[in-house]
Amino acid sequence: MTTHAGAVHEHEAPKGFIRKYIFSLDHKVIGKQYICLALFSAFVGMFLSALMRLRLAWPAMKLPFFPDGILPEQYLALMTMHGTIMVFMVLTTAPQSGFGNYFLPLQIGAADMAFPVLNMLSFWTTFLSLVVLMAAFFVTGGAPLGGWTVYTPLSAIGEIAGPGQGLGMTLWVIAIAIFSGASLMGAINFIATTLDLRTRGLSLMRMPLTAWSWFITAAISLLAFGVLLAAGILLLLDRTAGTSFFIPGNLVLTEKVISHKGGSPILWQHLFWFFGHPEVYIAILPGMGVASHVLSTFSRKPVFGYRAMVFALSAIAFLGFIVWGHHMFVSGMSPYVAIAFSVLTMSIGVPSAIKTFNWLGTLWNGNIQFTTPMLFALGFVSLFVSGGLSGLFLAQPAVDQYLTDTYFVVAHFHLIMGVAAIFGMFTATYFWFPKVFGRMMNNTLGKLHFWLSFVGVYAIFMPMHFIGLAGHPRRYADTSGAPFLQALDPVHHFMTYAAFITIAAQFIFLFNLLWSIWKGEKAGINPWNATTLEWGVPSPPPHDNFAGHEPTVYRGPYEFSVPGVAEDFILQTTPPDKVVKS
Amino acid sequence: MGPKKGNTGSAATATILALLLVLLTVLTVYIFAAKTWWFPPAINEIGKEIDQQFMRTLVITGIVFVLAQLGLAWAVFRYRARGQRATYSHGNNVMEVVWTLATAIMFIGLGILSQRTWAAVRIKPAPPEAMRIEVIGQQFKWSFRLPGPDGKFGKYKFEAHPEQEFTRDPWVVDADDPDGKDDIILGPGSVIAVRVNEPVELLIRSKDVTHSFFVRELRLKQDAVPGMTVPLQFTATVPGEYQVVCAELCGLGHHLMNTFLKVLSREDYAAWLKDMTAE
Repeated sequence: MTTHAGAVHEHEAPKGFIRKYIFSLDHKVIGKQYICLALFSAFVGMFLSALMRLRLAWPAMKLPFFPDGILPEQYLALMTMHGTIMVFMVLTTAPQSGFGNYFLPLQIGAADMAFPVLNMLSFWTTFLSLVVLMAAFFVTGGAPLGGWTVYTPLSAIGEIAGPGQGLGMTLWVIAIAIFSGASLMGAINFIATTLDLRTRGLSLMRMPLTAWSWFITAAISLLAFGVLLAAGILLLLDRTAGTSFFIPGNLVLTEKVISHKGGSPILWQHLFWFFGHPEVYIAILPGMGVASHVLSTFSRKPVFGYRAMVFALSAIAFLGFIVWGHHMFVSGMSPYVAIAFSVLTMSIGVPSAIKTFNWLGTLWNGNIQFTTPMLFALGFVSLFVSGGLSGLFLAQPAVDQYLTDTYFVVAHFHLIMGVAAIFGMFTATYFWFPKVFGRMMNNTLGKLHFWLSFVGVYAIFMPMHFIGLAGHPRRYADTSGAPFLQALDPVHHFMTYAAFITIAAQFIFLFNLLWSIWKGEKAGINPWNATTLEWGVPSPPPHDNFAGHEPTVYRGPYEFSVPGVAEDFILQTTPPDKVVKS
Repeated sequence: MGPKKGNTGSAATATILALLLVLLTVLTVYIFAAKTWWFPPAINEIGKEIDQQFMRTLVITGIVFVLAQLGLAWAVFRYRARGQRATYSHGNNVMEVVWTLATAIMFIGLGILSQRTWAAVRIKPAPPEAMRIEVIGQQFKWSFRLPGPDGKFGKYKFEAHPEQEFTRDPWVVDADDPDGKDDIILGPGSVIAVRVNEPVELLIRSKDVTHSFFVRELRLKQDAVPGMTVPLQFTATVPGEYQVVCAELCGLGHHLMNTFLKVLSREDYAAWLKDMTAE
C-alpha cells in the first residue's frame, strides 16, 4: 500500500548556499555528497594500496615520508586503513546511499525520501565518521594495525600489544561505531520510502531492480549494523574501561601479565562476522541491481526472469545472515557448527547462479549497444563469476583449512568487492551522469577507462589465487620469512606493475568526470532511450523532481522491443493510448 | 532504435571484448591445469583426500567458469547491434527451474561430500596412542612442550591455582605438579619433530594474541587462540623438514613468525629428542 498523498510531500526549495549545498534536505544533493565522500575515500584507499604494492614488490625502497622504507608495522597499518576505508567509506556509501539516495525517489515517483532531515543527518554522521577515521593517521602512534577485522585480543589490549594498538585503534572503533549509527539512519529511510512513497500504479513488482536492490540492501543494513555497533561498544569498553568481553586471563605481553580475564576472543569474531558477512552483500547487491538494469537497457530487452531476480536478491539477503561462520572454520569454533555454516554457504551460490544465468539470458537474442555503462555492466558479470566461484572452495572447511588466511581469500574478496562492486559503481556513474548533470561524459575516455581497468584488474587479482594455492599467507609485510615465499616474488612484481597501470587508468575516469560536469556535451531528457521514471524528468531534475504532479505508472520497468510498437522502448509513465504503434 | 546518442560501439568493440573474455578463460584454465603455482605435495593421507576434494571443486567451478565466460563472450559477439530488433521475452520458467536445480545439486552435493574429510580431522578423536605436543604461539615465535615419559602435561601455575592472580610467570609449569616434572619444554623459536607414520595430536594455545599454526604440506591450519586449547591431529607419511608459518595477523612480526616441523624415522627422532633434552 502506498500513501499517495504522501507521494508528493513538499518541502520548499532552499535558498542560500548553506541550505542548498551543505545542509541540504534534498535527496539529490545528499546523494551527490555521499558520492563525493566515496570518491575522495576511493582515491585515498587506492593511494594506500599503491604504497602496499610498492612495499610488497620492493620492501627496502625508500619513499617520501618513509626515509627508511616502509616498516612492517607501517605496511600493516596501511593495509588496515586501506581495507577499512574501501569497505566502509566506498562500498557501503556510494552504491546505496549515493546512487540510491539520488535515484530511489525518482524511480518510484516521489518528491524526496520519506525523512529528509534524517537523510541529511545520516550523511553528516557518515562524514564525521570519516573525519574520525582519518584522524587515526595523525595521532601519536599512528593508524591502527589489525586488518579491517581488528581481531581481539590484539585490538583490545592496547599499546602493550605493539605498534598500532594505541589511540589510532581507539579512533578506529569510534569511527566505525559512528558509521554504524549513520547506516541505521539511512536504512530506516530507504525502507520507509520504498514501502510508502511509491506513486500510483507502481506496485512492488513494477519497481526497477535497482529500487529492489536498494530496498533489500537497506533491510540487510538495518539488521546487521546494530550488531557491529554493539560489538564496537564492547571493544571500546575493553580498551578504555577495564572490561574483558574479548580478553581471557593470564595473557603475557612483553613479559608483563595483562590484568584482564574471563573474556572470549572468538566472541568478537562471531559478532563482527555476523555483521561482516551481510556487509559484503550490502556492498554487492546495489551493483547487481544496476547491472541488471543497464544490461536490459542496452540489450533493448526486458530483464530475463524479473521475478526470479527479485527472489534471488531476497534469498541472498536472507542466507547472508546465516553463513558468517565460514570466516571462522579454523578459529576454534565447534567443527559441527562449521558443517552447518558450510552447507548454508554452498547454498548461497544458487541464487547467485540464478542471477548470472539471467544476466546472460537478458543478453541472449538482444540488440546490444556497447555504450560505456554497458561495457562496465558486462565487465561486472565476468568479474562476479570469477570472484564468486572461488567462494566455493572457501565454503568447504576441509579445503578452507589450507586456503583461509592466504592470498586465495584476498583474490576472492577483491574480485567480488574490490572490482565487481566498483564496476557496478562505474556502471551507475556513466549511466546516470547525464541525468544528474545534463551533460554526457566523454565516450572515448570512458571506453579507454574500461579497457585498461578490465584488463588491469584481472592482471592484478588473478595471480593472487595462484600465490594463495602456493600457501602464501595474507597480511605479510614481505616474503623474507621463508624460501617458498621468496620464490613467489616475481608474481608480486607482476601484480605491482599491473596495479600501477590500473591506478593510472582511474585518473582518466576522474578527469572525465570533472571535465564533463562543465564541458560535457549537453544531454537531453532521455539520451539512452531508457524506460524508468527518472528518464521522464529534466536533466538535472527540478528540486521537487516531478514539478508538483504525481506521475502514474502503467507498466513494468523493462518494456523494451515490445512487438507492435514503433520505438524499441516504452517509458513506464507513457499512457497506453499514447504509445505509438508500428 | 536504441540510445539516441551515438556511443553505441561497433563490431570492433564486440569482437575485442569477446576475444578478451576468451583469452581470460584460456589463460586461467591453462595456469590451473599446468599447476604453474601449486600446493607442495601432501605428506599425509588426509592431505591427499583434501587435494582430491579440491580437484573435484576445481573441475566443477572450472566448467561453470568456462561456460559462463565463454557464454558471455558469445552473447556479446552474436547479439551485437546489427540493426536487428531484440526478442521480447520476460524469461523462461522451465530453464530457470532446470538451471537452479542443477546448480543446487552440484554445489550442495559438493559441500556435503567434503564434510567427511573435515570430520575425519576435526570430529573423530585422535587415537589414544597419538603423540601429544603442546604448541604455544606468542609474539613472534612458536614454543612447544612434550609431556615426557609419563605422557602427561603438568599444569601451568595459573592452571594449578586458577583463583590466584599472577603478576609474574603464569606460564611456568607448577613446581608442585608431579606430572610436570618430566615435561620437555622447547622454548620460543624451537623446531618441533614428530615420528613418521605415527599419529600426532597438537594442542594449540597462545600466550598473548591470536596466531595460527599452518603447515602447507599437511594441508592443515589451526588458530592459536588465547584462553583456548584446540586439538589438531595428523599422521605424517613422508620424512622431511616442513615450514611452519603464522597465518593470523598478530603484530609487526607476523610475517617472520615461523619455524620447522621435522618428520623423522624412529631412530632419527630418538637422536633428536636426546639432543633436545641434553641441552
